Amino acid sequence: MSSLQQNGSVKKEKRRPFIESFEKIPLLTAATTFIGFHLILLMGYITSIIFTPKVAREKNRKGYVPLYDRFESFYSRYVYRRLRDCWNIPICSCPGSEVTLKDRVTHDCGWTFEYTGTRSTALNLGSYNYLGFAQAEGSCSEDSAVKIKELGCATASPRIEFGTQKIHQELEALTAKFVGMEDAITFGMGFATNALNLPSIVSKGCLVVSDEKNHASLILGLRLSGATIDVFKHNNMESLRQVLHSAVIKGQPRSHRPWKKILIVVEGVYSMEGSIVRLPEILELKRQYKAYLYVDEAHSIGAIGRNGRGVVDYFGVDPKEVDILMGTYTKSFGSAGGYIAGSKAFIDHMRVNSHANCYATSMSSSCAQQIISSMKIIMGMDGTNEGKKRINQLARNSRYFRRRLNQMGIITIGNNDSPVVPMMVYMHSKIASVVRRLKTNNIAVVGVGFPATPLMEGRIRFCLSAAHTKEQLDNALVHVEEAADFLGLRYSRKRRSKEPVHYSDSESEVE
Amino acid sequence: MVSMDMFHELFESLNALQNAPTYHLLFEAGLIAWLMWLLFRPSYNPHDRERLTRREEQELIDEWTPEPLVPATPQDSRALHPRIVSGKVGKYIQIGERNCLNLGTNNYLGMIENPEIEKSALECLSHYGVGSCGPRGFYGTTEVHLDLEDKLAEYMKCEEAVVYSYGFSTIASAIPAYAKRSDVIFVDEMVNFAIQKGLDASRSQINYFKHNDMEDLERLLMEQADLDRKNPKKAKRTRRFLVAEGIYMNTGLMAPLPKLLELREKYKLRFFLDEAISFGTIGKTGHGLTEHFNIDPSEIDMISGSLENSIGSIGGFCVGSHFIIEHQRLSGLGYCFSASAPPLLMAAAITALDIMQRDPSIFQTLRDNSTFIHSQLSSQLPSDLRVHGHPESVIKHIRLANPSGDKVADEQLLNEIVDKCEEAGLALTTAAYLSDREVNLPEPSIRVTVNALLSKNEIEFAVKTLKNCAESVFKIQL
Repeated sequence: MSSLQQNGSVKKEKRRPFIESFEKIPLLTAATTFIGFHLILLMGYITSIIFTPKVAREKNRKGYVPLYDRFESFYSRYVYRRLRDCWNIPICSCPGSEVTLKDRVTHDCGWTFEYTGTRSTALNLGSYNYLGFAQAEGSCSEDSAVKIKELGCATASPRIEFGTQKIHQELEALTAKFVGMEDAITFGMGFATNALNLPSIVSKGCLVVSDEKNHASLILGLRLSGATIDVFKHNNMESLRQVLHSAVIKGQPRSHRPWKKILIVVEGVYSMEGSIVRLPEILELKRQYKAYLYVDEAHSIGAIGRNGRGVVDYFGVDPKEVDILMGTYTKSFGSAGGYIAGSKAFIDHMRVNSHANCYATSMSSSCAQQIISSMKIIMGMDGTNEGKKRINQLARNSRYFRRRLNQMGIITIGNNDSPVVPMMVYMHSKIASVVRRLKTNNIAVVGVGFPATPLMEGRIRFCLSAAHTKEQLDNALVHVEEAADFLGLRYSRKRRSKEPVHYSDSESEVE
Repeated sequence: MVSMDMFHELFESLNALQNAPTYHLLFEAGLIAWLMWLLFRPSYNPHDRERLTRREEQELIDEWTPEPLVPATPQDSRALHPRIVSGKVGKYIQIGERNCLNLGTNNYLGMIENPEIEKSALECLSHYGVGSCGPRGFYGTTEVHLDLEDKLAEYMKCEEAVVYSYGFSTIASAIPAYAKRSDVIFVDEMVNFAIQKGLDASRSQINYFKHNDMEDLERLLMEQADLDRKNPKKAKRTRRFLVAEGIYMNTGLMAPLPKLLELREKYKLRFFLDEAISFGTIGKTGHGLTEHFNIDPSEIDMISGSLENSIGSIGGFCVGSHFIIEHQRLSGLGYCFSASAPPLLMAAAITALDIMQRDPSIFQTLRDNSTFIHSQLSSQLPSDLRVHGHPESVIKHIRLANPSGDKVADEQLLNEIVDKCEEAGLALTTAAYLSDREVNLPEPSIRVTVNALLSKNEIEFAVKTLKNCAESVFKIQL
């Protein structure tokens, strides 16, 4: 759908509808979840009195102050331990659309595990492999292998000393071009990109307005910076407006001096909620209140947008309106590391002041090459339309999967276009049951509960990928429907449409 | 009967009202009217008086000018013009046109160019691809990660190991996992930046003791003991930690481990040792500071190390008892909330460990090189320069014997020496710091690193080159 030209003026393209849903938990379910959780705590308490826990005890440390808080160790031993087999499952193959899991059993309710020696292949709905670049074969891996032979696995030096190879500069230039900014700087770890660079952007006397569901790395970086942090309700523009308004009017607390600067920190796609940030409204507020904007595109770069360029591409705004774009290479590019992109003046400042640039080892050349190869494919610079196909496939998969789940009456939250589909199950016991049940049906999924999410909101998080085919998704949906019937997951009270969901239905919205 | 009484009373009161004097009636009516007004008048919030009008608010918003996002950066800063290395960063590095002998990177055992490691990394790549696409909890744990953890625990003779995907984040996540706001940490004042960030994140009370000065540490511990005696209830809840490095990155000295352990025992501290540099470099078979001093590693609560220095891969690890290390799997931020390390880098680390175990003579070579270069530098360098660091340490700092007091000027002088050395085919670097962020900014220095691949001739060449370049720079100065 190209923009029409009328007498030299460009007709604005029809704004894509922003459809998100956060259906509220039914009251009965909330009550039973609450009771269920406290029942688990009670059972844990009784067990802790009757049986001695099979945990390691400290040796030779008599008279020392205990290292762990009582509640922390209680929760970890008696609540988390029962469900422990759902996490940290080892894999033995590339985490592509299918993954080989190493089977293990526990004979003592989760205290210890034993490997059975067998392996099973499962459909992978848990790894962050949005564009399907987690491949052991193909041009990307071949290019990475060549680079390892040429440049070695690592450099053993920070960027500022001897760690800068030509490939780092090439990667930075390509990243800047990809996101549409003047310059970019890259780091070896995505988490460290936030935690080590935010302190160089804001400091004491600055205000940071951050979304309540921001990732732990952002929160750590902001805490280390020493700036004052104000939180606004998740993706709620009225709450953001009130916070900004009151900040500019009132200034710093007590002294009422004006703030040095105000930085709004949001994420592109929130991986626990599946929601997409309301970028145009935030840009409007940013202009009105003269704030700066930092968008963490860890889950949105490559995964949303017509050309896979992230939220900026999805909403069709000029990337230069966002001051700082940050992202990671782990999810859509099948590699490791992170980047920050912005104006040249800003990136120069980061090069001089970033903790990682000065003290941390530079990125491995194999990771850098993987990113370069996959980015070129997405941009179409390799001469094929492989990139476009993958982007479209991902969009189709996300929409189809979510629509089919909604049709079953399952509550899914977040935006219709996000590649992350959280299915609400609410109860802790159900998180574990769904994960275990689907595992026996050879589907690998991820369950998340407290403390990563609020207490009453346990969920199963499906991560769609461009590598998934319709048959694989249909198969998964059959088993999910079985589980929904067995465990009672059809919580939704919305009207369920009886029309069949077409797989190619979504194409018209992407094109 | 009752209603009759009521009627009677009513009649009597009406009568009284009629008979009362007028002024009395008027006064009472006035009082009642005033009461009504007080009760029903519109109330106001005292804060409303301070509330701004919409126009005033808009004026404030218009007037407010934020600072620019970042201040102007001086364009001649070192970080904006880094040296670009072509090819591998091994024993010799190609900077531009020149092929220089490398005494500037942390490649202590020469693993960067090792063909065995390259082979195992390539094999792993062909099986797992590059990235692991998930955190350890969500299908990011591969067999390679588990293998490496087992091997590290076995190598360090500890119960368990946990592997991180980035060296910097290892100690920076490990310290805040245990130390919280109400705790106390005793730490050497010259610790590296990653530890400083870990201390910041923990929010505990930090007590710095003078570098390697055990008496100063004891003094601080005694002060803390006094405070504890005054408030025993609080003391029961306050955890105490001691953090030191095996070999200090900023000075090249070794921590006096036996004395530290003695103090640890006496004052009941939990001891975290950061062996980023000492792991794989000191000790008879490269097991680090504990082997050097012949101490059982289980005496130390947690040893953290780096896979980026002697092992030649990327990442970091912590080893210790089950009791301590298991906690990090749920509370270490850099472990739980970050994607796991790429499997090929883990495979490279496993091969490096195998090589270290198979061929311990490499450590003797490294030790000989360190002591040789130390003696050469001490005897041959011009008197304006002085060598700092333990003779067996793989890191030496060369500082001005008489610093001028202006750190920027001193660093510039040292940079001139480094540039001249590069022209002559020797790659060195001045130690890079963020001067406004360090807790205790060290004096500017040239950081010389030793590796096991150097031959005696190469060391002699390096020392001679450094001596000549330094002398010519000082001559120009005069």
